[in-house]
Amino acid sequence: MEYDPVIGLEIHAQLLTDSKIFCGCSTKFGASPNTLTCQICLGMPGVLPVLNKKVVEYTIKMGLATHCRINAECSFARKNYFYPDLPKGYQISQYAYPLAEQGYVDLELEEGRKRIGITRIHMEEDAGKLMHDEHNPSSYIDLNRTGVPLIEIVSEPDIRSAEEASAYLRRLHEILVYLGICDGNMEEGSFRCDANVSIRPKGQEAFGTRAELKNMNSFRNVQRALEYEIKRQQYILEGGGEVVQETRLWDDTGGVTHSMRSKEEAHDYRYFPDPDLVAVAISREWVEEIHKGLPELPLEKRERFIRDYQIPAYDAGVLTTSRALADYYEEVVKLSGQPKVASNWIMGDILRFINEEKRDITACPVTPQALADMIRLIEEGTISGKIAKEVIEEMYKTGKPAKAIIEEKGLVQITDEGALAQVVTEVMAANPNQLAQYRGGKDKLFGFFVGQVMKATQGKANPQLINDLLKKMLAG
Amino acid sequence: MELNQLTIHELQEKIKAGETTSTEIVQAVFRRIDAVEKDVHAYILLTREMALEGAARADEEIKKGNIKTLTGIPIALKDLLCTKGVTTTCASHILHNYVPPYDATVVEKLRDAGAVFTGKTNMDEFAMGSSTETSYFGITKNPWDLERIPGGSSGGSAAAVVADECIAAIGSDTGGSIRQPAALCGVVGMKPTYGRVSRYGLVAFASSLDQIGPFTKDVEDCAIMMNILAGYDPRESTSVPADVPDYRQFLSRGIGGWKVGIPKEYFIEGIDAEVKDAIQQTIKVIEGMGAKCIEVSLPHTEYCLAVYYIIAPAEASSNLARYDGVKYGFRSLDGRDLMEMYKKSRSAGFGAEVKRRIMLGTYVLSSGYYDAYYKKASQVRALIKQDFDEAFKQCDVLLTPTTPTPAFKIGEKTDDPLQMYLSDIFTISTNLAGIPGMVVPCGFTRAGLPVGVQFLAGHFEEGKLIQIAAAYEKNANLGKRRPKL
Repeated sequence: MEYDPVIGLEIHAQLLTDSKIFCGCSTKFGASPNTLTCQICLGMPGVLPVLNKKVVEYTIKMGLATHCRINAECSFARKNYFYPDLPKGYQISQYAYPLAEQGYVDLELEEGRKRIGITRIHMEEDAGKLMHDEHNPSSYIDLNRTGVPLIEIVSEPDIRSAEEASAYLRRLHEILVYLGICDGNMEEGSFRCDANVSIRPKGQEAFGTRAELKNMNSFRNVQRALEYEIKRQQYILEGGGEVVQETRLWDDTGGVTHSMRSKEEAHDYRYFPDPDLVAVAISREWVEEIHKGLPELPLEKRERFIRDYQIPAYDAGVLTTSRALADYYEEVVKLSGQPKVASNWIMGDILRFINEEKRDITACPVTPQALADMIRLIEEGTISGKIAKEVIEEMYKTGKPAKAIIEEKGLVQITDEGALAQVVTEVMAANPNQLAQYRGGKDKLFGFFVGQVMKATQGKANPQLINDLLKKMLAG
Repeated sequence: MELNQLTIHELQEKIKAGETTSTEIVQAVFRRIDAVEKDVHAYILLTREMALEGAARADEEIKKGNIKTLTGIPIALKDLLCTKGVTTTCASHILHNYVPPYDATVVEKLRDAGAVFTGKTNMDEFAMGSSTETSYFGITKNPWDLERIPGGSSGGSAAAVVADECIAAIGSDTGGSIRQPAALCGVVGMKPTYGRVSRYGLVAFASSLDQIGPFTKDVEDCAIMMNILAGYDPRESTSVPADVPDYRQFLSRGIGGWKVGIPKEYFIEGIDAEVKDAIQQTIKVIEGMGAKCIEVSLPHTEYCLAVYYIIAPAEASSNLARYDGVKYGFRSLDGRDLMEMYKKSRSAGFGAEVKRRIMLGTYVLSSGYYDAYYKKASQVRALIKQDFDEAFKQCDVLLTPTTPTPAFKIGEKTDDPLQMYLSDIFTISTNLAGIPGMVVPCGFTRAGLPVGVQFLAGHFEEGKLIQIAAAYEKNANLGKRRPKL
């Protein structure tokens, strides 16, 4: 029997606010344990939370970017459970009244565009971290992360394969980073994903029993875990067994999922409205204001690049993977007036350089101005495209402008027709056999003569001029 | 008269006139404490050294002519108000060694007003109780009869004020915890409007009901304390940024032409005859002052107790989850793993009443029961609030008994939680509605036990309460009785 997977994802993204969601402590990552804490995030007796407005603003941004309805009023609830990394014994989250609901994102898949529904986006506080001593029977608690603002983005069960899940995850990641509200760092845990997955026989309407997958801390692991879990469930069903509802942990080294707790062991979180926080009223004006300030999102940008710059969809896709790269590209286009040429240089050379060094585009030694200047030098015929390959590498290494490098290395293109004609004459004289063959109808040898002329000029000859001269002179 | 027997305003006069010093006042208070505390046990912790140091500093200020509202006045704090560097136990084993790293907002305000603190007063564990018998640190006795309870949960604060072991005290009121002990000890007590006094630094019992307020020896002192305590606090989301009047302006206004509502549902079967008589007498005095007493109805009164015992334990079960032995307070060392450590710490750290309420609260919030209990209770709570809104359309304030009986005997109700819960029957609705309530002494039983009358007003109408209480106090002619200790 053939099976269709049904997948829904829950994404937790840490928001890039300066301070925590309910107190003034810093949200910086990597500080010494428990140094970024106060009585409030430590959950001391008697403390009270006060909501950070920036958190609401950022969540509204994400809601708008994913076409959600922003509710005029939302409120916080307590999710009660005991764990040492949760100092109050409850997490302040949203339950019955989330901030944003009923949105979607569009994915561009090989088989076309697909829309994935977003059930809700809500605000909550992060928990701390436990560290276990391998040599001692002791555990340590770092509460720096406690109270760092999170948004949870819950998808509809619209995802039908591990690849789609991965595409969805990348799309949300891209939007969050574009909006500047999350740094998207999966290793540091600022972007985390849980998945609900079930399978059902092809054509069947009803969903199968689902498993919840946790502990997948990279895009690759999400895809691997889902692929494994789909196969596991298929194997059970094909063997006549039943999938049980449970939470399973992804084991990266083993490449498998393990049962963590069954449905019976699941927590009863006893959600109830948090009496310490009043309902948050969100005015239409505020939402409008935030809407106006939203940056252009990746998909819109991609479409505009294809339309306005007449570049292929592939190029547009690559150039919009980050806002900084897209900005870089647009700056080069503005200064050079050559959208396709600019795209070629960025995708072919610049990205290769920075990827090799794992550098950010904003730290690229070749500024948009420098790249545009180089493109102009090619256009003006000062250097050939071939020479330019050498020049740009030098520009990246030294940070010097193209002009200086060309002068230093004597790379100026030979455009003197008389001088080049002399070279052509010499080449023809040195290769009488080939000349005879060419003239006898072997047109393919044209390239050989181009190569010889280039060699004689160390690549500095203007290619167009060589072409013209050779055509004329070889013809005899 | 000893200094410790005087009121805030009387002592202020003496200080301003140079007739006494803060040091003398504090010494008088501690002399009294040394004499009677072994019998009364109003305090969990005495901060004598700090009080004397504070008094010395106050006297310096007084010399410079820098006299603030409470400069040099000894105040007692209920032991659920966080005091930086001073143990705050909530009368619980689980917090027996907890030292807060910060001051509650009201503690800051009192200190800024010049107060010196005598210590932390006894209470029912986590403010859950009506008799101060559930304290881990022992029972507080009623100074009028040492075989009786002082009321609760702020029994220590009420007893300390009436026994002159401080000049005024701070308590908290979740279902009557200021007003009931004020009535049973014969002092003035005020539960302000929810959102009027900052809860920041008050160890939470039931967050949507808790409110801090003063115990004082007379109505004028209550106005003085309210002037300091009331006001918006940006550290609390439920604090209300409403203007705070000078409460002293209400002291001499009289109540001519007022309508005073008498809710008929508050005169139930089982109310003690002497309490009833005292209240009837009070109504006569009020009418004699030019006010008209009219009967009003609060039709949902019979549901108050049930609603309260769903909402308060639900919130408490969550509020008390942080006491898990991990970060501070008592930790059982017998646990072999995390779950056992939690269970043993909480089993040994909490007393029976607290555990009962945690279980109740956990139950009513459980999946499958939430709608039937918590949600339903929240809906009825809205109706109870509506009852009061309707009543205040017909009258300026309400007048009710505070408790069905005078102070009962120690141990009398400890085995019967329901009987104990019933002693708050007249005070609970106030908290559910979020309105202010005030209790003033209105007489004594033949056995010499005090009775208190309760006045209730609409949201942020504390001024009206002070107005009627002050007028009544002036006209009641109860005389100055003191407990014989």
